[in-house]
Amino acid sequence: MPMPYYVSPEQMMQDKAEYAKKGIAKGRSSIAMEYADGVLFTADNPSASLHKISEVYDCIAFAGAGKYSEFENLRKAGIRHADLKGFMYSREDVTARSLANGYSQSLGTIFSQEMKPLEVEILVVQVGLNSHGNEIYRISFDGSIIDEKTVAVIGGRSEAVLAAMKDKVTGPPPTLKAALGFCVSALEQTANQKLNPEGLEVAVLERARTGRKFRRLTPSEVHQLLTV
Amino acid sequence: MNLPFLPNHDESSFFDFISKQYPGLTLGGNGVGGFPGTQDSSRGGGPLRVPHATTVLAIKYQQGVVIAGDRRATEGFQIADRRIEKVFKIDEYSAMAIAGAAGPCIEMAKLFQTELEHYEKLEGMSLSCEGKANKLGQMVKANLPMVFQGLVVMPLYVGYDLKRGEGRIFKYDITGGRYEESDYHAIGSGGKDARNTMREHFQRQLPEAEALKLALMSLYNAADDDVGTGGPDLVRGIYPTAKLVNSQGITDVPNDKIRAVYDVLMADRRSKET
Repeated sequence: MPMPYYVSPEQMMQDKAEYAKKGIAKGRSSIAMEYADGVLFTADNPSASLHKISEVYDCIAFAGAGKYSEFENLRKAGIRHADLKGFMYSREDVTARSLANGYSQSLGTIFSQEMKPLEVEILVVQVGLNSHGNEIYRISFDGSIIDEKTVAVIGGRSEAVLAAMKDKVTGPPPTLKAALGFCVSALEQTANQKLNPEGLEVAVLERARTGRKFRRLTPSEVHQLLTV
Repeated sequence: MNLPFLPNHDESSFFDFISKQYPGLTLGGNGVGGFPGTQDSSRGGGPLRVPHATTVLAIKYQQGVVIAGDRRATEGFQIADRRIEKVFKIDEYSAMAIAGAAGPCIEMAKLFQTELEHYEKLEGMSLSCEGKANKLGQMVKANLPMVFQGLVVMPLYVGYDLKRGEGRIFKYDITGGRYEESDYHAIGSGGKDARNTMREHFQRQLPEAEALKLALMSLYNAADDDVGTGGPDLVRGIYPTAKLVNSQGITDVPNDKIRAVYDVLMADRRSKET
């Protein structure tokens, strides 16, 4: 019987990480950015029906980058977790923190135990009510979880997008119009092409809405915000 | 691989999800599963004494449907609650009223709310009006074992069908059978009395104010003849509740408006007594 080759754990992890990073780098970027009345999500997504951004619960939204089928599964699991918790306890007991922890656990376990890591990077965002701050969690393919402030970018060339935005996010949170302008110009800068409103997926978690805070912006709304 | 956070489940129904993964949370779940039935002589033989909710009704009118219910819950010959709410907003375009054992009824309404929201979020679009009505039928059917223990849950579902541009009324039986009503319906202990009143006064294409008046009068008459149904409580200022289901969504009829309708109705009745 032939013996399997010995591969050191370090080498194995490194290979897996490289594989996952390569997969994620192929995709386009998504941005979550705080604005005056909530949190804005902007994704470079030519499909109108395959969403990268989605509602999870009253104040919580999800954004995924990388392999669609994989982050779609994670999104569904998150919605199940949130709805279950809201049903068992109360709607206000559903928090982004517990959701982000769950994602981190799952991604971490899959990364260390499975042959193939998930090629995804996700954002879990909660808009803060009653003078609480917003919460933005970025979770990587290996389950590492980062608590971001003001702006977070996932997907391919996320560092370039973040660099293009860096100087614009200082100071008090901008208006929706300004924030959308920053996000779109940063995405255009890194993609080296003009993005039309149909090729963008834009959604907001609006603090002032009653009940469910998540709302998608239609291409005509986006167009209006970007031009007028 | 079975992670606690990613249970192997790939359907869009919340009800099916908790039925499989968390059966204790469902209606008639294992919480009281082993409970002796009503035939058990050691328990006195009577049905379970739990609060019951009574008359609720729905009437179609020009723009949609008005759905209303009284506020009384009874426990045998006692009044368990004077302010119980029996008409629930389920989602943007549907409402549901309940009759039967109050606890499981309210639980079913909550479960149905979660079910529809869950589906909408997972699939990215709402269920059709018909789909919602069918799903509720399945939930009523799942409650059948509890019916034999005396815990009946009887919903009346009202939805605004956006495709057809009309309001629709669905009634159910305990086996989950689903029947669409074309004009009006009432269920609960005073349901028959309310239906009698509606039969006499109902017309197609009633204006909103007339439909509301008919709904409230039917509840008043039901309360007149049925001990389980509560009429307007003038001392405490408790009035039946009503909701309008139309293309604008679900709107609560404000308490003042209901009170004004009853003031006129009761003045009219009083004048007949003298």
